Amino acid sequence: MRFDVVLRVVIKIFLPFILVFGLYVQFHGDFGPGGGFQAGVVSAAMVILYAIIFGLSAAQRVVPPVVVEIMVPLGVLIFAGVGVAAMLLGGEYLNYSVLLHDPAHGQHLGILLVEFGVLVTVAGTMTAIFYTFVGRGR
Amino acid sequence: MVLLTLLAIVTIGVVRLRNLFAVVILAGAYSFLMASVLLVLDAVDVAMTEASVGAGISTVLFLGVLALTKTEEHRPVHTPLLPLFVAAVTAAALIYGTLDLPPFGAADTPVHRHVAPYYLENSIPQTTVPNVVTSVLASYRGYDTLGEVTVIFAAGIAVLMLLRGRRRNGKKGDDAS
Amino acid sequence: MELLEPILHHYNHWITIFLMVSGLYIVVARGNMVKKLVGLSLFQTSVYLLYISPGKILGGTPPILAEGFAVYSNPLPHVLILTAIVVGVATLALGLALVVRINEEFGTIEEDELFQSISEE
Repeated sequence: MRFDVVLRVVIKIFLPFILVFGLYVQFHGDFGPGGGFQAGVVSAAMVILYAIIFGLSAAQRVVPPVVVEIMVPLGVLIFAGVGVAAMLLGGEYLNYSVLLHDPAHGQHLGILLVEFGVLVTVAGTMTAIFYTFVGRGR
Repeated sequence: MVLLTLLAIVTIGVVRLRNLFAVVILAGAYSFLMASVLLVLDAVDVAMTEASVGAGISTVLFLGVLALTKTEEHRPVHTPLLPLFVAAVTAAALIYGTLDLPPFGAADTPVHRHVAPYYLENSIPQTTVPNVVTSVLASYRGYDTLGEVTVIFAAGIAVLMLLRGRRRNGKKGDDAS
Repeated sequence: MELLEPILHHYNHWITIFLMVSGLYIVVARGNMVKKLVGLSLFQTSVYLLYISPGKILGGTPPILAEGFAVYSNPLPHVLILTAIVVGVATLALGLALVVRINEEFGTIEEDELFQSISEE
């Protein structure tokens, strides 16, 4: 009997809950503690946990390194793109009030988009760094 | 507070131990204690970030590096008199400086005067977001967050550039050094 | 009771200074590079404590606006420290990547052996 059977079964049950918790922290960052950074780190921790238990090749089949390397600059582009969109709609750079008809709702939409950009970059960077460190020793 | 004394004890352990594996695990425990202290100080966002980043990502990266290098530290060669003296003088100067600070927890210090009441009052009317930390981070101080995301991006790119290619053992290696 | 008052008012600051100075001591006095990086992260977390403890108001709540609460702790240090934590882990990853490369080039991560092998070249 292999001793890591307990670990494998328990982690397989846990992983969806970790993903849901990460998304909850991201989208409820407006009403409670949370936001982009915490959610990005929790999502990266989910991939890292999967890689620790099941091996690096299994994890790289689920989340390929190419996808992770595209995610790293994509978040920065989303963030800067929100600013440029605000400029195209008539306001200054990163002025979210002009994004919608109502300034307060425009701010809310701007905050949601910006936090999503932060999530993508932070999750991508942490996963890419982990893949690089572990893939070095082979 | 008891938590702060526990922090100091764990720090003494980190300084004295020479087995690097134990040092890394103690650093993870230190991060958890620091997150509890931050929670008691009413900083909930910061406590969540410190717990996940300090005790999660940091420990994993340190263990990954320890698997590639060795796990025992050499006995120190030089006597630590000069660093101890420098540390003691710095500590004495800083403690002398803190005697003039306002007492802990007072509500009328200059920190709470200028900008913070403005943010606390205008967060819901102007941005409809009750979490003041998120609204300040993403809207009132959005430029700083843009700079921070760029720094994370730059660090990720730099790590990818440094450790690309296979381990150099004579057979395969990256070309640009 | 007169003598205990400075201790109660400034205990946070003194523990912060102790953590800061021990992090500094590890960076300066120890030769192993991984341990220096651990000391550096110890130093950084003491700076977080230094910034957040003046922001707390005794009797306040976390800065999330809700019905029924009037006194909130100061949200401004939380924002600065949130940025600082994530930037700190990014630079830690970069430092560790450099340590891995140094180990592959010279075969050691102790400072005195490193200086010896550089001066012999």
